[in-house]
Order: sequence, then structure tokens, then C-alpha cells
Amino acid sequence: MSAVTTPTRQASGGMNAKIVNRIVIYGLLALFALFYLMPLFVMLVTSFKTMDEIQNGNMLALPKAPTFEPWLKAWGETCVGLTCAGIKGYFWNSIKMVVPAVLISTMLGALNGYVLTKWRFRGATLVFGLMLFACFIPFQSVLLPMATILGSLGRFGVTLQNTVGTSFGLGNPTVNLVFVHVVYGIGFTTLFFRNYYEAFPTELVKAAQVDGASFFQIFRRIMLPNSMPIFVVTVIYQFTNIWNDFLFASAYAGTGDAMPMTVALNNVVNTSTGVVEYNVNMAAAMIAALPTLLVYVLAGRYFVRGLMAGAVKG
Amino acid sequence: MSTVATSQIKLTPEHARPRTSVRSRLQDALPKIVLAPSFAITIVFVYGFILWTIYLSFTNSKTFPSYAITGGRAYQRLWGWTFDTDPPSSWYTSITNMGIFGFLYILICLALGLFLAILLDQKIRGEGVLRPIYLYPMALSFIVTGVAWKWFLDPGLGLEQTLHQWGWTSFHFDWIKNKDFVIYTVVIAGVWQASGFIMAMFLAGLRGIDGEIMKAAQIDGATTFQLYRRIVIPLLRPIFLSAFIVLAHLAIKSYDLVVALTSGGPGGSAWLPSNFMYEYTFKRNEMAVGSASAVIMLMTIVAIIVPYLYSELREKSR
Repeated sequence: MSAVTTPTRQASGGMNAKIVNRIVIYGLLALFALFYLMPLFVMLVTSFKTMDEIQNGNMLALPKAPTFEPWLKAWGETCVGLTCAGIKGYFWNSIKMVVPAVLISTMLGALNGYVLTKWRFRGATLVFGLMLFACFIPFQSVLLPMATILGSLGRFGVTLQNTVGTSFGLGNPTVNLVFVHVVYGIGFTTLFFRNYYEAFPTELVKAAQVDGASFFQIFRRIMLPNSMPIFVVTVIYQFTNIWNDFLFASAYAGTGDAMPMTVALNNVVNTSTGVVEYNVNMAAAMIAALPTLLVYVLAGRYFVRGLMAGAVKG
Repeated sequence: MSTVATSQIKLTPEHARPRTSVRSRLQDALPKIVLAPSFAITIVFVYGFILWTIYLSFTNSKTFPSYAITGGRAYQRLWGWTFDTDPPSSWYTSITNMGIFGFLYILICLALGLFLAILLDQKIRGEGVLRPIYLYPMALSFIVTGVAWKWFLDPGLGLEQTLHQWGWTSFHFDWIKNKDFVIYTVVIAGVWQASGFIMAMFLAGLRGIDGEIMKAAQIDGATTFQLYRRIVIPLLRPIFLSAFIVLAHLAIKSYDLVVALTSGGPGGSAWLPSNFMYEYTFKRNEMAVGSASAVIMLMTIVAIIVPYLYSELREKSR
């Protein structure tokens, strides 16, 4: 759409009005930019201040003597619950959870999208509709049964451990979370790939079929090499969602050494013992935010595309 | 195939290659076999679990699930507890908060998103810088958002203190510690997080509008305001619908933000139904009541999402 300027009939005498107009527009835009940047700015400067400066200084002032101490303390020393070894362990927990969950759910989504568009069968729309609706349910409605199932699997894991010598990951909170995120993520990944492959020329698939290419050969040789953009979109979307998840994390790994970053951060901030070290809290929050912010800065375009795809079209 | 010798009346091609039939049938079924695990997972872990939760809501489960149906007692407890007891029941607080939060959150996000999108669509220099600034909060976790705003709104350290230092000593802003106003701080943080994304949706919609229509209206002498009110905004109706669905869905699912920003607020005054569900199920050992609240949340989402998905999918397959 072309920009809307003041109507032409005012053009002769409206030069001043036009300038005022522009100033107002830019002013408003700058004001809102401040509104969006403010919390991040405050968080960032606070994380570089000493406690003394925080209590006596201005929230918006730049640190007089910037110190990395809060960051180091947040990473290596601060207390999460009763253990005081920083948040580094929980950061790695999140990584260990996110990487497999993203890869598995994305691969499954790609295969599902491929089947649902290029190997249509009766009822494919219904199958897709059922999977799609699963994206939107409030997870509270599955939270408790999943906890029950994971609990029994955990007990079974202990039995296995005692009899066979390995639990095969059953009962391991990180494995549980990977499983949960895959289960409740495939709806989204399937949606992404289905919509992408829908626009992919079916003739290519047909031609390959005539040439005798098998189901998986077509997928590997024709679909995958042409799926780079949607892979990036899906991986980013899943990464952000799973990294930022709090509900599942607190329900299934809410205590102990296996809790992911978001839960650990919440524990650090809401701890009631001792003096509250705001600078350390802010540094911890920044560390928790960095991976997704980094992805956003590096691949913002794909991030937005993923949000749109997840939001707009069924 | 022993019948081949006796019945040779019509020898169709299918009969001609009996040996490959198992393999080819497997080939034919392969797509379905590939899809099957995901579909089965969805059926069991989504729909099966939903039924399980519904079932539990009709039992007397406390700390552990019990499977004897005892009727709708949990629902009676939810709704019977009170529209005018003092202090109000947690469920009453939760749904009132949901009403306030949902209404303001959706309304402000839509209004702000549209407003920013229109401003950004005026051939702005530096749009490439501004857009990501408006949108980045969407990449943050609700926990981080909550932590940042908790600090920012804290009366002793944040905004209030800052303005006092600047000389505006009568400024008073302690909503985050006030049980009657704490839910509005959740609105502020929620709007901060999601409005940029709504802006991006509207901006994409604006860019999709045919420039010719706009030009024609301008030639007819429409003012900018008229142009937007009469032509542009009506054309954006599908975006309003999508944005509404996204926001309603985000609002009903909101849980983390309340936890991180307010820790539930003074006396649970910032609870949303999702917090109610979590607390009752996992902390207060009232599993049946928790399940009943989850069922009500689900029903609300179903009422919003199902008609939308149905019409979307029907349009697609047409």
C-alpha cells in the first residue's frame, strides 16, 4: 500500500501541516520504541551495577563502575533453592532438553506434512484437523494425566534399573520433558510443513514416482533439499517455544537438579532467604533471555514468519 | 494363490503380479504408516488425556486420582463457592481476573498494534530499525518478562522511586503490591510482550491492500482519517479475526507471567484460571477441583477455536 499523505487539495498550503504531521508520527514512534526498550534497558544496566549503586542510585542511570560480578555470580554461585552453584547447570539442562525435542518434532513435522499433502488419503483433512486443534488446547487439560503417566513410567524405570541395570531414560526428567515437548509440538510442526508443502508442485513428486522413486527417496531427494526456509522457521519457532516453556517444566521438573532454565530463574528471583540481590537476578534473567534474543537478532525474519504461520492460517 | 488355476475367467493385471502385491501394498500403506505414530500420539496424549481429565473432574480425587464417579461435586464447589463471600473465593477471583485481563489485553493489543502499524506504514525512514524493537519482546520467555517488569514496577526500586528522585515526589504507583490493582500490571506486561506481534500482523495486512483503492479514495477527496476508517480498517477484518484468536488463546493460556510478575499476587489476587488449576491440582491436593477448572478452560478455548478452525479448513479444501 502506498503511504497515505495529506490529500492533494491541501498540497499548496499544507506544507507546514505536513511537517508537523511527520514530527508527530516520528515522535509517537520514538515514544513507543522507548516503551518497548525500557524494561530490557533497565534489566541490562541493573545487571552491571553493584548493590550499593542500585539501592542509592537511579534505575535508569548507566552504571558508574560497570562490573561483571553479578553475571559471574548468577552463572556460577547464586542459589537456586538450596543448592548454590549458579544457574549454569540449569542452562545446560535447557540445552539438553531443547536440542533433541526440536530435532525430533521438526523431523516428524516434515514427514507428516509430506504425507498430508503429497500422499493424500481419505480423511487426511480430518487427521490434520485433529492434530491442528491439539496446538490450541490449554495444556492444563492434559497436565495431570501426563504427570500420572510419567510417574508410572518413572517407577517402571526404577524397576528396570534394578533388574536390567538401565532405566532406558524412563523417569529421567529431561527425557520426560523432551517427550512432552515432542508430543505437544508436532501439531505446530506438522502445520508449518503442511502449509509449506501444499504450495510445492505435486507434478515433481508425480514425475519422480513414475520414474520409480520410493516414498522416502522422494522425501530425501526432492522435498528436503527444497525445504530449507521452512526448516529454519520451524526450528526457530520450536526452539523459542520450548526454551521459554514454564508450565511443563515446573510441573514435570519443578524441583531438583534437572529443572530447566525458566524454572531455575523463577526460583532465583522468588527466593525468600537472605538479601535479594537484584543485580544477580537481572543478570540471571538476561542469561535466560540471551539464547532466544540471539536467535531473534540473527534470524528475526524467520522468527516472525513462524509466529505468523503458527497464528494466522489453519 | 491357489485359486489361480481354477478361476481364470478374467485375468486382470492385479492377478498377473501376485508376488509383488505384499510389497506394493506396503508401499501404498507407507505414507499412512509414517503418519500413524504422530496421529496415535495425538489421539492418546491429547484427546485421551482430555477425556481422562474430564473423568477426573467427576470424581472425588484429592492428592491421588480416585476413579469412583461421584458426580459434579467439583463443579458445584467451583461455582457454588460464592459470588459474594468475603473474601471472595479463588475461583471467583480467577475468572474475574480472566475477564479483566482478557478484555483489556485483547483490546489494548489490537488498538496499539493497529495504531503502530498505521504509523509505520506512512513511509517511515528507519522502519527496519523500529519494527524489530517493537517485536522483540515476543522472543522472550514470560518468566523473563515478568522478572523485568516486576523490577520496573516495584515501588521501592523502579518507576516510582525514579520519578521521586527526579522531583515528582507525589507520584504513587504501587499496583503490583495492591490486591485490587495487581491484575492490571499483568495487563501492562502482557501488552508489552504481545502488541508488537499484533503490529506485525496488521502491518502485513496493510501491505497487502491494493494501492489503487487508496489512490481512488484520495482522488475522491477522502481525508486520511476517513480513508482509514471507511476503507482500510474494514479491509483488515480478517486480520482482526486472526489477531483476536491469537490473543484470546494467549490470554486463556497465560500462566507464567502471573507467576513471575506477581507470584500470584497478595493472597492469590492475581490468579488466572490457569494458576488456579495448577495450585489446586499440585499444591492444594484438590485434584478433582483442579481438573474441573481445566475442563472449563478447555471449553472456553473450544468455543473460540473450533468454529475458526472449521471455517479455515473448509475454505481450504474447497
